[in-house]
Amino acid sequence: MSEIEQHPLTLTVNGKKVQRFVEPRTLLIHFLREELSLTGPHIGCETSHCGACTIELNGMSVKSCTMFAVQANGAEITTIEGMAAADGTLSALQEGFRQMHGLQCGYCTPGMILRAHVLLKENPNPTEAEIRAGIAGNLCRCTGYQNIVKAIQYAAAKLAGRDFQEAAE
Amino acid sequence: MVQLPLCVHRTHRQPPDQEQAVWPGIPELTAPVREEAVIPGQFTYHRPSTVQEAVALLASHGEEARPLAGGHSLIPMMKLRMAAPEHLVDLGGVAELKGIREDAGHIVIGAITTQHEVIGSELLASKLPILRETSLVIADPQIRYVGTIGGNVANGDPGNDMPALMQCLDAGYVLVGPSGERHVAAREFYEAAYFTALSPDEIVAAIRIPVPAAGHGYAYEKLKRKVGDYATAAAAVMLTRSGHQITSCAIGLTNVADTPLFAEEAGRILTGSSMEADVVTRAVAAAEAITNPASDGRGPAEYRTRMAGVMLRRALARAYDRAAA
Repeated sequence: MSEIEQHPLTLTVNGKKVQRFVEPRTLLIHFLREELSLTGPHIGCETSHCGACTIELNGMSVKSCTMFAVQANGAEITTIEGMAAADGTLSALQEGFRQMHGLQCGYCTPGMILRAHVLLKENPNPTEAEIRAGIAGNLCRCTGYQNIVKAIQYAAAKLAGRDFQEAAE
Repeated sequence: MVQLPLCVHRTHRQPPDQEQAVWPGIPELTAPVREEAVIPGQFTYHRPSTVQEAVALLASHGEEARPLAGGHSLIPMMKLRMAAPEHLVDLGGVAELKGIREDAGHIVIGAITTQHEVIGSELLASKLPILRETSLVIADPQIRYVGTIGGNVANGDPGNDMPALMQCLDAGYVLVGPSGERHVAAREFYEAAYFTALSPDEIVAAIRIPVPAAGHGYAYEKLKRKVGDYATAAAAVMLTRSGHQITSCAIGLTNVADTPLFAEEAGRILTGSSMEADVVTRAVAAAEAITNPASDGRGPAEYRTRMAGVMLRRALARAYDRAAA
């Protein structure tokens, strides 16, 4: 098994095309972090429970620790590094997490934001229950989720052109 | 997602003192050693674009090859080195394995159709809503985008939810191998935990489900400890009614034996009844009698058997209420 063929891989990551050769067993999270130096997607449990490695892949929320990079060939990927505008202006979700104190240690935050990003694309005006169900695959051990839910509500309101009146807990 | 005892998970911390075999103050715990337990073994990757190509690859590599669908059972097993295939045949590029359609009184679901696609299907919402209800309690949103219905039924893991549902629905699996196609009923497919009627050179290409009667009642009730957990016990019920009387009833049970269970006797007891309390109690007892769960982190065997009964009662009540009289 020493002569393992390297596979060509083409991805569009945060709007930029990248081409590399990868060993088939390379997990997508390791490719993003180690090959592309995108360390926003975090490695938490490595067993597809915690959601810290969540990215957007072809419009889906995916746990990048449980996918081989070769499986993603041709995909369009967004990580937390691709969320803010080029001039540094935060996205509505990033702003929401800041305004509503949606993070404490921050470890789960990139995964939370990328998950919420796809959730809001599919359901721009979610109820609190839909938000909680939508982030059920992302664990946070600090916040108790209250302000994460509010951060997502803040972003939904902002994207719809409304003000979000509630204060953070 | 594979559920494993906590002791299998590795930590990356180094012990504070490399000479010390134990963490100070915690003499029971041996120091965690960094191992490559989260890195899968090496393999050769194949990405066929047709079923024939996929099956030919599996046939030529025999037991060393595994098909890869969504990967949310296989990849965790490979990380833990509980599976170490030398060849992975990725079915993700086989377009003919994807999609949901109606064909001659059957709903046909391609094997690599994801749980997310099952949940979003209008055809299933109108004809087979129990599929959506079941998919929604499988794993979590991210995993449902990637996890496939074919992988869920083919893996033979008794914790998976779709197999008992498929038995309840009297679904058939279309298996394709080098010598062609054959059909195996879901009720005949499962032999033991991870042992099924599938040969190493075959894949599950599609699932065929007879379209149930319009106005049928349905429910899938699952008891789990947390989001993403396998069932402590779960029950699938499909029934039809005429007035108060149940005219047909099928029941499947999840994760209370080393295979999914088709509770045939329980369904027979209920058919012809009007859900009288004593009949329901007899049917629940008949269903409990065929369970043989493991005692594990989800509870002792006796508890899980009783929870199978409780899930069945709840599913029956909901299905009965939902059915057109």
